[in-house]
Amino acid sequence: MTPLAQSLAFGILVGGLYGLAAVGLSLVFGVTKFLNVAHGELLMLGGYAGFWFFTLWGVDPFLSLPIVVACLVLMGLVLYKLLFSRMVKLSEENKIKNTLLVGFGLSLIFQNLALRLWTADDRGITTSYSGQAFTVLGVRFPMVRVASLGIALVCLLALHLFLHRTYTGKAIRATVQDWEAATLMGIDIHKVYLLSFVLGAALAGVAGALVSVGYSIQPTMGLEWTLIALVVMVLGGLGSIPGTLVGGLILGVTQSLTSYWIGGTYREIVALLLFLVVLVVRPQGLFGSKEG
Amino acid sequence: MMLVVEGVDACYKDLQALWGVSLQIGEGELVALVGPNGAGKTSTLKVISGLLKPIAGNVLLDGRSLVKEPAHRIVELGISQVPEGGRVFTGLTVLENLELGAFGAKARKAKDESLRWVYGIFPRLEERKKQRAGTLSGGERQMLAIGRALMSKPRLLLLDEPSFGLAPLLVEQIFQMITEINRQGVTVLLVEQNVRAALELTNRAYVIENGRIVGEGSGEALLSFESVRSAYLGCAPSPGLAG
Repeated sequence: MTPLAQSLAFGILVGGLYGLAAVGLSLVFGVTKFLNVAHGELLMLGGYAGFWFFTLWGVDPFLSLPIVVACLVLMGLVLYKLLFSRMVKLSEENKIKNTLLVGFGLSLIFQNLALRLWTADDRGITTSYSGQAFTVLGVRFPMVRVASLGIALVCLLALHLFLHRTYTGKAIRATVQDWEAATLMGIDIHKVYLLSFVLGAALAGVAGALVSVGYSIQPTMGLEWTLIALVVMVLGGLGSIPGTLVGGLILGVTQSLTSYWIGGTYREIVALLLFLVVLVVRPQGLFGSKEG
Repeated sequence: MMLVVEGVDACYKDLQALWGVSLQIGEGELVALVGPNGAGKTSTLKVISGLLKPIAGNVLLDGRSLVKEPAHRIVELGISQVPEGGRVFTGLTVLENLELGAFGAKARKAKDESLRWVYGIFPRLEERKKQRAGTLSGGERQMLAIGRALMSKPRLLLLDEPSFGLAPLLVEQIFQMITEINRQGVTVLLVEQNVRAALELTNRAYVIENGRIVGEGSGEALLSFESVRSAYLGCAPSPGLAG
């Protein structure tokens, strides 16, 4: 019983990060219809930023989170101004095609940059408290992973409140539904696009930094995380933050149970199977509605 | 004249939709723009609200050219468009839709006052303010779309086929509300396929065909205008609102 419960617990702990990784991609895609396949690379950069702050200057990874966010905000701004802003006026289909191309290009550049800067070794942040854990009914809960889940939940809640309680947040939701009608409200959708893209990058950064604390990071991790984010986005349904969180948890638990019952090598296959099944059976996602 | 459209040519990609369209609207007027499907009615509204930029000609509000202004700025300058079909934000609540109507800085300051005004005109919206707009009936959605446009406190309201798809009784109600809004000082440009109803409602109207203005006059005059009669009303006009 305990090994099963342990896998479940680990699945939930990582699932929160999956949700956080996906919510940024989902926000950007929902608002701009940009499918940024370099989202996983932004996450990777966030991870290495946290890693650098820790190893070079000894900054605690949880304390350096705001600085990591600032770095990714800057990165998001530069990428948007330099590349993605050029695609705003394209038709929806061309937006997806063009951003896919640009995204793959970016991911190659970032991967090779990371290889140069940090080598291909697995990296992680090991703090003085990294080994600490508490045990409930024989199930071990590593402190850093629990804290990471907590931070992921706080970020998701904050984003949810921002989108529902503030004028800017409502403008973002309106733009997701109908950008032309939003323009007629006096909303400058270029600003909304920029803000969403930068927010998406910042969220990826936080997720990456948390991955580097509780798990490990590699220059090639981006593609895997983009895939995870895509699967979770489809599972949860566009535009629903609670849905994205639950989607992340489902994927996390499914993967760790697959490792437990079938073997670790099948984790990705099961994730992709889940992706296909949801696309066929319920294309709007488990929690998405057709009305958006 | 408050709004002047001068010799506007406009096109979508390589298809020209408007050819030298000119019209004028004075402060406080209720003007209709009528014509068959695909004549350029919606394109004309889009040129005024800035969603479609003309390739030639000019649009002036109080003598100030709007063609270089982005659409979201034009709202702040006092022109608000209700798009065809209303296009309310179905996933947002009625109140959120109305709040977004007052997005501009100036309108936002006057939000509460505007909200009272809109609820006064459309009491139904106040009853449903917490509901998601997607749960509203067709008539309620149209009211919400108009109310949302009023939240920016526009001087000029552009209405694109507000009667489209509504039952005759509702159409009459919506038209009464439009008259009321106009009486309260909002200038209105009404685009309609429901030609008879529109011409009966307005002081003045323009007739558009194939992207060109082909007639102008008082509503009554156009009602008796031979080509309008034969084209839109049928030779023997039937009673009621049917166009």
